[in-house]
Amino acid sequence: METPKIHVILAAVFFAFLLAGCESEPVAPEPVATVDDRPPPAPPEPVVPKVIPPAVNNDGNLVISTVDDMGNVTEEVLQGIFYFDFDQAIVKRAGHEELNKHARVMMSDSMFSARLEGHADERGTREYNLALGERRANAIRSYLVSMGVSSSQMEVISYGEEKPVSSSHDESGWSQNRRVEIIYR
Amino acid sequence: MRFCLIFFLCVSSAYAELRIVVTQGVDNAMRIAVVPFEWRGQERLPEDLAGIVTSDMQLSGRFEALPVSQMLSLPHEANEVLYRDWRLLKVEYLIIGYIQPVGGQLQVHYELHNILRQSVEVSESIIGSQLDMRHMAHHVSDVMFEKLTGIPGSFSTRIMYVTASGPLQNRIFRLNIADADGHQVQTVLESGEPVLSPAWSPDGNRIAYVSFESDSRPSIYIHDLEMNKRMVLKRYPGLNGAPAFSPDGNQLAIVLSKSGSPDIWIYDLESHRLRQITRHYGIDTEPSWTADGRSIVFTSDRGGKPQIYRINLQNMAIERLTFEGDYNAKASLLADDSGLVMVHRRDGIFHISLLDFRRGRLSVLTETELDESPSIAPNGSMLIYATQHGGRGILAAVSIDGGVKFNLPSSTGDVREPAWSPKKQRNFIPVAD
Repeated sequence: METPKIHVILAAVFFAFLLAGCESEPVAPEPVATVDDRPPPAPPEPVVPKVIPPAVNNDGNLVISTVDDMGNVTEEVLQGIFYFDFDQAIVKRAGHEELNKHARVMMSDSMFSARLEGHADERGTREYNLALGERRANAIRSYLVSMGVSSSQMEVISYGEEKPVSSSHDESGWSQNRRVEIIYR
Repeated sequence: MRFCLIFFLCVSSAYAELRIVVTQGVDNAMRIAVVPFEWRGQERLPEDLAGIVTSDMQLSGRFEALPVSQMLSLPHEANEVLYRDWRLLKVEYLIIGYIQPVGGQLQVHYELHNILRQSVEVSESIIGSQLDMRHMAHHVSDVMFEKLTGIPGSFSTRIMYVTASGPLQNRIFRLNIADADGHQVQTVLESGEPVLSPAWSPDGNRIAYVSFESDSRPSIYIHDLEMNKRMVLKRYPGLNGAPAFSPDGNQLAIVLSKSGSPDIWIYDLESHRLRQITRHYGIDTEPSWTADGRSIVFTSDRGGKPQIYRINLQNMAIERLTFEGDYNAKASLLADDSGLVMVHRRDGIFHISLLDFRRGRLSVLTETELDESPSIAPNGSMLIYATQHGGRGILAAVSIDGGVKFNLPSSTGDVREPAWSPKKQRNFIPVAD
């Protein structure tokens, strides 16, 4: 059953080959020998991608640089702010990918150390919000530790509701204020 | 880098930063008249004593004062009082007096007359310096208030509070202490980093608070106001917060999270020993001592949501006190331990509520939305709290019976975390005339 099929395919390939030969006929085929007449090409530079180690910018954010084959450098500032739901300290799935990048960098060099600054929105009492901010920062730390980062590279500090980034007294402001900021030193 | 500005000072500012606006007074306010006191000396006096008394009485929300322009006579001593005049003006009580120089000091004489009975209810004098004139006026207000209502006045007390001003990225935090009428503001601490949780010692001579001024990490400070000296408690990793003096002033309940989660600890100010009181993986915070010093009430989310609990310091037994609502926090006990005031969320709104232990009843005292930090006046009849007004943090006060309400708007920035001083700032002993 299979042999005729193979024959058909082989025939088709052979025929195509012939057709291709016909098409190329008007152009004189370059003799292989003439290649050596041309100046020899410069030996290709060894393709070793340049590596720029991750760095910390003035804002305490982590900057990852990648160099492509053309030598172009692209810088990526890692997102260092992670948001939380009201009265919650659960690290959102949406932040996992970015946190994994932080984890990889911190694991690559134990010299990287970061402050995990926990914050809360203005609702509720100040001391309870300090505790809530700490719980959030601890949640981020636990996630990073679970990815392999040493806990000695991280310090948790809570500011509760004392350092808001938005002064709007509504959900639009509150959702921005419930956060943990990873700040490298 | 981080901006950190710290001033550590005790300077009086010339203007009043808080202004009292009565938003609700009692329905049947008592009608009184305060006649300008006669000055029997030479130089001009720095303060209008009767004006301060009038203002105190009106701001209590319980009195309606007759304007001076409507007075038919201006008596200063008992023999000058014509009761009929005041009866015509529907005045129920009359306050009169005079001030005279006595050996470089001032003698203030004050009298309270019952117009209906035509009787003298109070007639006494106090002596103080010119610099003490405002305090002397508040003393007169306290005496009159107690005589007329049966409740000790709290006009001689002070209020400590925190302000935050400037743009969000560059805020200046100040810890201020003002007289109960909002005057004579003193800035105790000024910093570019957060300052919070101010608390008074029972004698009113020391305060404790949390400041992030050192490397923007939290530390607990104790400031002796009389010596103008302060000390910092050893800082532990994590939270260092919520200081509360024990009723005898020898211990400080604090919150540390060095054991992994926020717990209540007691720091002994004499032996400098630290003792862990609560042990739970949840949040335990905001300790407040019972008047007998044998228990501490605190906020905990060990049951899933923040609620108020009480721990007995002898046998460490823990009892849950609040069951109504899904957010009850920052309790502070009434002076007789008969109940507590706290932040209570109802229908998503944060109110100040009173929990009466005897009746087991919870009553909402404030109608605003983001209320926090209730602090009770030493006379137990009023409480001051922080709220939002026009998008800004202000202080407001309400009587425990809910009948009187007033706001204390500030001229600048957000005002928060009021703490009512436990004692009078100055005591005057009345002398015989």
